[in-house]
Amino acid sequence: MLGRTLREVSAALKQGQVTPTELCQRCLSLIRKTKFLNAYITVSEEVALKQAEESEKRYKKGHSLGDLDGIPVAVKDNFSTSGIETTCASNMLKGYVPPYNATVVQKLLDQGALLMGKTNLDEFAMGSGSTDGIFGPVKNPWSYSKQYREKRKQNSHSENEDSNWLITGGSSGGSAAAVSAFTCFAALGSDTGGSTRNPAAHCGVVGLKPSYGLVSRHGLIPLVNSMDVPGILTRCVDDAATVLGILAGHDPKDSTTIQDPVKPFTLPSLTDVSKLCIGIPKEYLTPELSSEVQSLWSRAANLFESEGAKVIEVSLPHTSYSIMCYHVLCTSEVASNMARFDGLEYGHRCDNDVSTEAMYAATRREGFNDVVRGRILSGNFFLLRENYENYFVKAQKVRRLIANDFVNVFNSGVDVLLTPTTLSEAVPYTEFIKEDNRTRSAQDDIFTQAVNMAGLPAVSVPMALSSQGLPIGLQFIGRAFCDQQLLTVAKWFEKQVQFPVIQLQELMDDCSSVFENEKLASVSVK
Amino acid sequence: MWARAVRLRAAARGRRGFTSKADSQGSGRVTGELIQHLERLSLVDFGSQEAVARLEKAIAFADRLRAVNTDGVEPMESVLEDRCLYLRSDNVVEGSCAEELLQNSHRVVEEYFVAPPGNISWSKLDEKQPFSHR
Repeated sequence: MLGRTLREVSAALKQGQVTPTELCQRCLSLIRKTKFLNAYITVSEEVALKQAEESEKRYKKGHSLGDLDGIPVAVKDNFSTSGIETTCASNMLKGYVPPYNATVVQKLLDQGALLMGKTNLDEFAMGSGSTDGIFGPVKNPWSYSKQYREKRKQNSHSENEDSNWLITGGSSGGSAAAVSAFTCFAALGSDTGGSTRNPAAHCGVVGLKPSYGLVSRHGLIPLVNSMDVPGILTRCVDDAATVLGILAGHDPKDSTTIQDPVKPFTLPSLTDVSKLCIGIPKEYLTPELSSEVQSLWSRAANLFESEGAKVIEVSLPHTSYSIMCYHVLCTSEVASNMARFDGLEYGHRCDNDVSTEAMYAATRREGFNDVVRGRILSGNFFLLRENYENYFVKAQKVRRLIANDFVNVFNSGVDVLLTPTTLSEAVPYTEFIKEDNRTRSAQDDIFTQAVNMAGLPAVSVPMALSSQGLPIGLQFIGRAFCDQQLLTVAKWFEKQVQFPVIQLQELMDDCSSVFENEKLASVSVK
Repeated sequence: MWARAVRLRAAARGRRGFTSKADSQGSGRVTGELIQHLERLSLVDFGSQEAVARLEKAIAFADRLRAVNTDGVEPMESVLEDRCLYLRSDNVVEGSCAEELLQNSHRVVEEYFVAPPGNISWSKLDEKQPFSHR
C-alpha cells in the first residue's frame, strides 16, 4: 500500500480497502524503521493519529474532503506549523513553536492530509547536501537499496557497508528521503536555488518548483524573498500535479502571489508530442557534467525527437554568469532576512544582558552556524554603500539579462527546456564534505538556480539508474505560469522512461510484500 | 597606501588576530577595518581566519560579474514587476493573540518583551570583553 501513488491510495481509502489510521500506523512504523536516515526532525505521531481518526470518521460518512484526505504527508522544517516545533535545523530556532500554520500547511490540513512530521534540512535551507543542520546529515535511502548494494558487491568494495553512505542533496533532503523511503506520499520542500529539485534528482523522486507567485510563501521562513518558492516532492508527476492544484492560488497574506484564479487540474495523458518543441540549452553542457548524466540527457532528447517532437538547440548566453549573480543576490537578501533573529521575541537568546547589541551579537553567534554567518557577512559586504552599485545593483541587472534569455527562448517557439538537474549522481558523504558549503552550492546549483532568478516553473523527473545503481534525474523548465503544460510533458516523459522502484527489502522485512507487484482488484482510478 | 594598510592590520592583529592575505584568491581587500565594520553591521562575527578567507573567495567570485555588459539594463527587483502588487484593505481581521506570542520569548515582563539597554555601542564594549572565537 505504501508504494502506491497518491491517487491510488486515495481511491483505496474511498473504497474502504484501507483506513486512514492503518495508513498512518504503517507510515509511522516505517518512519521508526528508517530512523537512521535522519530524514525527520520531529515526528508528530499524536497529531497524525488524531488527524487519521477524524479522516476515518469522514470516510465512514462518505464525506471525504478530497484527494488528500487521510494521506500522510511531511513538511520541511522551515515551514511554520502551529503547535509543532519548527527549527530550520538551527540552534537559533530550537524549541521555537510557531503560533500559526504556513498557508501551504494549512491548505494541506484543510484537505485532511495527515502531518507525519517535520523533515530535516540544511540549516536555514542553505546548502546543497542536507548535511549542515544541527540535527546532522540526512542519508540517502538509495545507499541502502538493493540496486546500489548489488553494484557495490560487483565492484568488490570491502568496506563497512554503512560508512560510505550517500548524501540526499539539498537543502530539502529530509523531504526527499521521506518520500523516497515511502514514509509519506508527498512532502513539502522549499526551492530557492534548486533546493527541491536537487535532492529529488538524487533520491529518485519528482521535485516540482512551481512558478514564483503561484504558491503562497506565508509561513515559509524566508531566505530570498524574490526567489523562494514552496516545492513539492512526490513519487510521480500526477501526484505533484494533485498537490499543486491544492496549494496554488492567491493568498491575501502573501502579496507576491498572483491574483489570477487557479483551479485544481488533472493532467492529460499525452499521446502525441509532435506539436511540442523542446529546447536544449547548449551552455548547460559544461565540462563538469558527468558523462553518464550527459548521455542520459542526449537519450532523453532523442526520445522526444523519435516520437515526433521538434528538438532544437537553444542558447541562454548569460548562463555562465548566473551562478555568481545568484550568489550576490542570495547573500544580500539573506543578510537582510536573517536580521530578524535577535533573540528578543522568539528563538534562542544568550545570557548576555549588558546591551542590546552585545546581546544580539552573542545570540547570533550562538544561534547560527558558519554557513549562515558566512552568507550574512558576504551579503552585508555587497550591500555596503561603496559596493552597492558595483555588486548588488550589478547583479540585479545581470538577473534581468538572465530572465530575458529565457523569455527570448520561449518566444522563439520553444515550449519546454530539457536540461540536467545535477552534475552527477549522489556522492558519498565523505566525498561531499571535502569542499565547503559555499563551494559545493556554487557547483551543485549550476543547472537549477537560473530558474529561480527568472521565476519559472521547473520539475526534476527521475530518468534512470546510473552504472552504480543510483538515480539520475533530468529537469524540465516551462514558461511562467504554464505549470500545467510543464507537468504534462513531464508526465509523458515519466511514462516513457519507467524509472525503477527503489528496492529496500532488506530493511522492510515484514513490509516486503508491499513492494512486489500487487494488483489491487477493482481499484478504479478516475 | 600599503603602509597604512599594514598599520591597520597590525592594529587589528592586536585585538583580533585576523587579517587577510593578498593572494590570488582575493585582492587583500578584506582589511581589519572592514572585518570590524562588517561584524558591527551584521552583528555576527567571522569567528576564524577561514571565514575571512571564505569572504575573500566570495568577493572574487562576485567580481566575475564585472565582465558582463549591463549598459542600459535596468535592475530587476522582482520577476512579477509587470503586475500590480496586491494590498489588503486596512481592516483588522485577526489578532488578540498577545499571550501566544509572548510565550515564544525568553524574557517577558507582563506584556513587554524585555531588552537590555540599547544606548551602549558594541565596539566600545569589545575592548573590555574580547570575543571568544571558536
